[in-house]
This record gives sequence, C-alpha cells and structure tokens, in this order.
Amino acid sequence: MKKIFIFIVAVTMVAVLPNAANAQCKNFAKKICKLELLPYVHDGIYNATVLSEGETAELYKTFYSGQEYRITICGDENLPPIQYQVLDAERNVLYDNKKHQFAKNFDFKLESSKQLIISIQVQTSDELSDQILSGCVAVLVGFMNIENSFKQY
Amino acid sequence: MKIKLLNISKLTFFSVFTATVLMVGCNGNNGNVEDQIEDSVKTDNLSDEFNKAKQVIYGIPSPIETAMLMKRAGAKYNQDYLNPLLNVGNYTTTKSMSLNLGIYSTDLSFASMFEQSQSTIKYLSATKKLADELGILNAIDKSIITRLENNVNNRDSSMEIISETFMNSNSFLKENDRGEIAAIILTGGWLEGLYIGCLVAKNTASNKEMIERIADQRLSLNTLISLMNEYKNDPNVQSILPDMERLKTVFDKIQTSSSNMEVVEKDGKSIISSKSEVKVSTKVFNEICETITEIRTNIIK
Repeated sequence: MKKIFIFIVAVTMVAVLPNAANAQCKNFAKKICKLELLPYVHDGIYNATVLSEGETAELYKTFYSGQEYRITICGDENLPPIQYQVLDAERNVLYDNKKHQFAKNFDFKLESSKQLIISIQVQTSDELSDQILSGCVAVLVGFMNIENSFKQY
Repeated sequence: MKIKLLNISKLTFFSVFTATVLMVGCNGNNGNVEDQIEDSVKTDNLSDEFNKAKQVIYGIPSPIETAMLMKRAGAKYNQDYLNPLLNVGNYTTTKSMSLNLGIYSTDLSFASMFEQSQSTIKYLSATKKLADELGILNAIDKSIITRLENNVNNRDSSMEIISETFMNSNSFLKENDRGEIAAIILTGGWLEGLYIGCLVAKNTASNKEMIERIADQRLSLNTLISLMNEYKNDPNVQSILPDMERLKTVFDKIQTSSSNMEVVEKDGKSIISSKSEVKVSTKVFNEICETITEIRTNIIK
C-alpha cells in the first residue's frame, strides 16, 4: 500500500508540476520580465511558456510604422542564454541578439508597417549533464508613449 | 473489513484524483506528446535551430496598442464612436460577452488615452461586469477600480493599470485552457479599433495617416485569422470566422508593393527601413468601413 501511495504521489507530482510551472511563469513574466520593458508601455498581451534547452518558439506580429517598440525576451536564470532573431516575412534575419551578447531588449521602429517574426531558442548548455534544463521564457512587447517618443521622420 | 474498505476507498480516491489531475494536466496540451516525439526526432538536427518552431504565438494588436495607434494617427475623442454603456446588459452568451469585452476594452483604452476620466471609470466597470460573467474576474485585482479612480488623471498610470488588467485576464484564460475566449476578446477589441478608425477617417479632413493605419490592418487580420484557426473547432470561433474571411476579401483588394528591409542605426536605436506603397481606392476604403460597421452592429446589439 505504501508503494502504491508513493507511486501515486510521484505520478501526481509529475502531472501537477506543469501547471505549477505555468503559474510561476505568469509571475515571472509580470514581476521580473515586465520591468525590462520600462519606460515602454506593455501592450497587455501575455506571451510566456516553459521551454527546455534547445526548444524554440515563434511570435508573429504586425508592427506599425512610426511607433517605437521594445521587444523584451527573458528566461529563468537557471536557463542557458536565450537567443532570438527578428525575421521578415521571407525569414531574412534583421536582428540577432547573439551578436549583441544575448541582449534581452531590442528597441526599434519601422519605416513602413510590417509583419515580423520573432524566433526564439533556448541555447543548449555547455555543461555535461544528463538533466535537460527547462524554465519560463517570456516575450513581451511594449511601445513608447507618444510624448516620450523620438520624432518621426 | 472496515479497514480494508477504507483502503479501497483511499485507493479509489487517489486513482480518481490522479486520473483527474492527469486529464487536467493534459487538457489543452495535446501537442505535447507530439512535440516530444518531434523533439526526439529533431535532436540530431538542432543546428537547424530556427527552421521549425515548437510553439507559434500570434500577436494581435491589443486594445491599448490600438488606442495608441489611433491617437498617433490624429484621432480625436468622440464618445459617440464607442459602444454605449447601456448595452452591457444585453450580452448573455459567451460569444457576445467575449466579443463585447474586447470592444469595451478598446473603448476603455480609447477613453483613457484621451484622458476622459469619467468615461474611463465607467468603461472599466463595464469590462469588469463582463469579465465577472465570463468567470475571469478572479484574474483581476479586486481593488482595480479604486486604483484607477486614484490615478485617473495620470494617463501613464491609467494605461499601466489597464495593461496590467488586460495581461491578468489574458494569462488567466490561456492558463486555464480557455485560449479561444482570449482570441475572441482580442477579435472584438481589434474590430472596435477598426470601426473607430473608419469613423475618425470619415469625419476628419486630414485623414491620410488614419487611412494608412486602416490599410495596415490587412496584416493584423491575417494573423487574427491564423489565431482563430487554432480554435476552429470551437463553435463560437466557427461562427465568427466567416465575418473575418469576408473582411479579408475586402482588404485583399488593397494594392501593395514593398522593397526589402534593412536595419539602420540612428541615435542608438534601430530603424527597420523599407519602402512600401499601399494604394487604397475610395471604393475599397468605403467597402472596408461598410463591412466593419455591419459586423460591429451585429455584435453590439
């Protein structure tokens, strides 16, 4: 009976952990990652998920001309660095944070409105381990308040 | 015998509990098993990092972003453009409550962006009522109205509170496997932005930028349809999709051409540069506005 109980508890833990991780992910996005957006105003859309090293995610979003944007991508501190690329619709690379010391933020504006793809990957760890690291990755988009924005050209 | 029965009932309880938890844990994550299989196949091919994404996220303009875009394009506040508050009692189905929660969220952002303090508080009350009826009020800070009332004359703080409220609702729905409701709310918010944009463009002499913004919505509409297709088995989403497709048919009449993009640095900031030409005839513009008005009228009644 004790063995069955332990088995059930173990199975329950495995089942419950993803939901607990989701709740932690929300708090991570709200309380830690969102601060990185300042002084930009968060658009209010929650994009966060649990990723393991080597896993990828993509955000498709239209960005509008004249508006000044900040994309912030951050991951749990136990994760290897998060690489992300900003791609155009034909998947040409416009920005790669790997070339900027895995910068969390990318500030930009567009001359004409476009749909861009933000392609994210958790790097694989250099350390030899039989454990795959996983944790929360949040992708937040903010825009500059009109009065604070630099002039349109 | 009593002890044995107790053990069996304990075992039954734990089995049912475990099965329930497993089902809850798996619900809405049907792709996980497939993802794991796919990931194991991809393990040897991780050098193709960005070629295949595990997860796709569709970013739709939020009500706050929509309000900001409209103000930047020269919109002026007009209460008559918004969905009357008296209508809030008319919405009783999940579909009508979700769509109109999106519509009121855009109206709320619009009022806040133009520092209309009384309207901001009233529209927040309307959104709160619909959120309550949709069962997502727990996601919203109970003191939100008090906080907004205390900060209503500070636009930055008001926008921050609205952004936080929207994020809490949005994350609550996604985490509780009600992503289709989040998608419908965003659809309502986006439709309201387009509707107000049309009214502003029609009632403003210098409306070039607003018309450009309306034409830009063809890009977001494609993303919105992709998002809705993620939930195409949901009957509410199914009933909204034909209107979105109809709107897309009209938007597809806009003629566009564009050059390749390149990134240039200016004052330490990146500018994604490209030339594009967008031609919106008066006929197509009117057709967009007529279609959106018809769709929105059916939603808010």
